[in-house]
This record gives sequence, C-alpha cells and structure tokens, in this order.
Amino acid sequence: MEQLSGAQLTIRLLENQGIDTIAGIPGGANLPLYDALQASTKIRHILTRHEQGAGFIAQGMARSTGKPAVCFATSGPGATNLITAMADAYLDSIPVIFITGQVPLSLIGTDAFQEVDIYGISIPITKHNYLIRSVDELHTVIPEAFRMASTGRPGPILIDIPKDVQNSITSYDPEEQYGFFDQLQAPSLPTVEKIELAADMINNSKRPVLYIGGGVIHAESGYLARELAEKNSIPTTMSLMGLGIMPHDHELYMGMLGMHASRGTNRAMKESDLIIAVGVRFDDRATGKIAEFCPNAKILHLDIDPCEIGKLKKTHLGLVGNVRYSLEMLIPHVAENDRSSWCIHVAKLQQENPIFCPNDRNFNKPYSIILEAAAIAGEDAIVTTDVGKHQMWTAQSYPLSRPRQFLTSGGLGTMGFGMPTAIGAALANRGKTVLCFTGDGSIMMNIQELATAVEEEANIKIILFDNSSLGLVRQQQSLFYNRHIFASEYKHRVDFCTIAKGFGLKTYSIDDHHSLKSVFEEAFSNKGPALIHIPIDIEEEVYPMVPPGAANTTMIGGELTHECA
Amino acid sequence: MNALKTDSNIQHETILELQVNNHPGVMSHICGLFSRRAYNLEGIVVVPIGRGKISRMWLKVIEENNLEQIVKQLQKLPDVQTVTRQPPGDSIFSEISHFFSS
Repeated sequence: MEQLSGAQLTIRLLENQGIDTIAGIPGGANLPLYDALQASTKIRHILTRHEQGAGFIAQGMARSTGKPAVCFATSGPGATNLITAMADAYLDSIPVIFITGQVPLSLIGTDAFQEVDIYGISIPITKHNYLIRSVDELHTVIPEAFRMASTGRPGPILIDIPKDVQNSITSYDPEEQYGFFDQLQAPSLPTVEKIELAADMINNSKRPVLYIGGGVIHAESGYLARELAEKNSIPTTMSLMGLGIMPHDHELYMGMLGMHASRGTNRAMKESDLIIAVGVRFDDRATGKIAEFCPNAKILHLDIDPCEIGKLKKTHLGLVGNVRYSLEMLIPHVAENDRSSWCIHVAKLQQENPIFCPNDRNFNKPYSIILEAAAIAGEDAIVTTDVGKHQMWTAQSYPLSRPRQFLTSGGLGTMGFGMPTAIGAALANRGKTVLCFTGDGSIMMNIQELATAVEEEANIKIILFDNSSLGLVRQQQSLFYNRHIFASEYKHRVDFCTIAKGFGLKTYSIDDHHSLKSVFEEAFSNKGPALIHIPIDIEEEVYPMVPPGAANTTMIGGELTHECA
Repeated sequence: MNALKTDSNIQHETILELQVNNHPGVMSHICGLFSRRAYNLEGIVVVPIGRGKISRMWLKVIEENNLEQIVKQLQKLPDVQTVTRQPPGDSIFSEISHFFSS
C-alpha cells in the first residue's frame, strides 16, 4: 500500500490507462495535479495557449487513434474555455476525458475566485460527468470514465476535482484492478431473427444504397461495411463523419450525401428502394428535408444507440448493437449479387454529374489545390479541416482511402477545430504528415496554438485558403438573402505569413514565383510545422448546394459546362 | 416544470417510475434531459429509499409521440438504474393531489 494524494493517484490511474500525452494549462485550482504530473516519467505534458486548443489537441489524438485522450484545465475560465471542444466531442461521439480543477469543497457555492459550476454547465454536452466529493471516489471514477468514454457510443466525460480533494491522502494498492478496460457489459447483439429479416430486406431490394457514418469508424468496422457493399454490390454513400471508409477510387463509392453532395448521389438516393444506414444519425445536413429523404426507400438502421433508431425517420427495421458484431452476423446471410443494372445506372448518374474534373488542373481553383496537395502528401497523410468552404471542398475532392484519415468537425461545425486537432493527430502519429486545410476565418479562432505547434515540432502543414471572408456565410447571403453581403467580408487583410513567421513557422505564399507543386514538395519534405498561404477568389462558391430546409433533390449550381476529359 | 402544454388530458398522461442513484447531480441530469430535448414534464416526486444510496422518482409526462424516445434517453443516463411505465389510473400524483388544490 502506498499513500498518495488525490492528485498523485489521478496521475497514476491515468498512467495505468496507457495515457502518455496530456494537453492543458495549469492554474490555481489544478496546481496539485500539475505537481503530480511533473513527477511522472510516463506522461508528457503539452502546454497550450488556450484551453480550447488543449481540448482539440486531445480530440486529434482520440480521433486519429480511436483511444480516449485526456486534457487538463483549471477551474472557472479554464473550465469554460473547454466547453466548445467538449460539445464538439459530444456531437461527434469522440472519447475525450476533460479533467478540471475546482475550488475546495468548502468554498463550492460561495462564488469563490474562479469558481464556476462546470459540472452543471457540462451536463448537456458530455456523455457523463463527475464532481468528486471524496478522494476515495477517484479509485473507481477514473477507470469508469475511461470505460464509459470508449465503450457503447463513445463520448466525452468531465471529471471536476476540487483542490482539497487533490491534496487529500488516500492509500493506493498497485495491484488494484479497477485499472484496465474491463468490459463489464457484454455487447448487445441483435437477435438472429432480426438479422435474417435484415438480410431478406437487402436480398429482396432492387435499388439499395448503403449509407455509413462515424459509428462504423468508432466500431473499427470499415472493412466490414466494404465487405457488405461488395458482396451484394451496394452503391455506398458516407456522411461527413464516415468519409474514408469507402476508398475514393472504389467502384461503389458515391462520396458524401446531402447539402454539398454530387447531384448524382442525391438523385440515386431518391430512386433507392432500400437505405441500409449503419452508424449514422440522419443529421439534417445529410438528409435535407427529412420528410422527402429517400421517399421510395425502406430504412434498415444499424446503430449502437437505441435512441437513434427512429429518432428522425420512420425505420422499418432497427438492429441495435455494436455495428461490428451486427455486420459480422449479417454478412453471411446476405446473398452475392452483381446488381449490374442498378450499379450501372448509379455509375452513370455519377459520371454525368461530377463535382469537378480530376484532370482539370487550374491552379488557383480549390479542387486542383487539394488534389495537388494530396498527390504530394501521399496516401499515408492524415487530413484535418476547419469549418467552411475549404472543408466542403476537401470533403468533396480529397482522395481519402481509409477510416481515421479525415478528421473534421461534423456535428458542431466548430471553426478553430482544424489546427489544434492537427497538432494532436501529429503527436499521436509521429512520422506521419498531417495536412490541415483551413480558411482565413477559421485559423483566427485558435491561431494562438501555432506557438504550441512550433514548440512541439508537430509535423503539420497548414494549407490556408484565404478569401478574406466568412465564405459559406457570404454564399448563403448571396443565394438566400438577396445578395445582402453583410458582416461576412473582412475589410482588413491580415498578413498571415508574417504572423506565422512570428510564431516560428516556415511559411510559403503562392503569390510568388514558385509553383504550387514545388511549394508543396518543399513544405511537405521538411519536418515540422509550415503554413502555405493561398489566395482564393472570394466568388469561388461551394456547389452543388441544397438550400437549408429543402429536399436533397433541390440542388443549386454545380453543373459542369463542359465534359470531363 | 417545463410545462409547454398545461391542458392535462388524462389520456396523454404517463407516469414513469425511475430508480436513480442519489447524489446532488441527478435531478439536474434528469430535468436537463427534458428541457434540452423539449419534452414536457408535468410533475416530479422524488424520495430517497433504503439507506439513501438510491432514490425513487416518479415523473408525470405529457407526451404521446415522444414517449418511447424519452424512455430510451432516460435509460441511457448512467445514474438511472431502471425506468418503468406505470399503468394508468392511481398514481402517487393522485395521492398527493390534496396538497396542490387551489
């Protein structure tokens, strides 16, 4: 038996969970935790410049590896600064454990200095949360938090630890076995009858579409989704969170669906007679007007969360359970089928309605820039985005080939997500190049983390699309608000290269004499953070576009005026 | 309690009986679920049972279409141990109604 303080115990239990990196910022109420952390030989601390940056660095680690990640903040403003990253993790079901310091128990409720009820604030944006009232609770709460974050439908957990609890002494038995992932609950499985019914629905359908999302990635079952699609020849579309599962060059690939999908994909969905939805939640950006989504199709829904079945759309059959096990059970019952007429029809819809021509290399066009960056970065690169036009262009065109390659803020749509998430991905994947596509609006929302990137020598390559505007907002004003362009253009042009240089990054601007190709080659071959600034025409829009609230078949723009070579 | 509709039609009323962990955050978790998902919660009675580690809670809910979703969402809360739907008719709310007559 060892005598440890609550803070020392916390660090020990985090080590036991295999945590090797924690991002955060110290402050008055979490100093005991930091004092215990400085003594750890197993955990490295990443000092960020804002707690939101720490939250997104943890997300980058968790999203790219699938394992829970941890970040630290102090009480009060430290804790409130985590909230956006917490809500973002909640909406995309990302396992992050947020550990905050709190004022001593005796001061809770007195409006003490830097006191805020982060427990109360975080209720609607965490999977679960804890306010520790006695040091002994830590023995069980910390392992339980890891289990809860990573099993079932994953999600963020908050643990708020008052300063006096951090300083209280408790005994710790190194043999204590609340430690490692104990799968207390057996995974829930669909019944064999339901599996057979589901297989019948698939086998009897004429025009099925497979619609897959983040849940497939969380269940590490991308290969099973591909196997299902291939066995029964089912054209496959992905939500933004699912991109990467079906490789871009696969013959069944339909790209993403919804607001900025290709015309061919949304039309094929309309014609479909069966939607096989796996690990998705029928988000409004994906479905458009839900009443008119796939009006001719039955819905077969596989998800781990029973609340998602029938939440928004009448479901004909729901299979609740870990989708890995559900798919494993389902595939043997699904017949081999080549569905040549449906597949040829879908392929034709895709060919007739491309979003861009892959061979058109016009180097101030967003798609060309993205394709060039992808070609030089290679298949091994991880890609993060911020939120806006650049995000949609990247989602539409980046040649993704595997799960966890594409990290983006799907549910919350958080500007400021991309760069700190890229740092986290780079720290968890040493040796890989991490591309961060961002915009001049988004980069400003967490630009302070450039200092962290330089300090940690994170191998991130920030590709900054600068259109001097909040581009997607401006596009909506243009299309739906009588071209009243208001509060969406920046009058003052910031010199991003000078700023990034000031932080210590290598910078490149495409204004000068160097070609895009040579700039990317040089920037990607050197290790460490770099920023590549690329001006984009302010009128360059994201098409096609489904107006918010309209059916997915109502698409504006994006018809090519010429045939692709 | 977060009552968006007040004309309590007896046929739309459902009583849910919950067994929940008894600690200071539980009420926030349950009431927060109803308010943020825009479900109508008409009445609530909660009393600790046994040695006080758990509490029994009765919720009077006026929702028809969302009832299944409410029950599933409640079952997802880690502090909620069981959720059962009470048969219509006598309930704790009728027994205490004399405290609330105007």
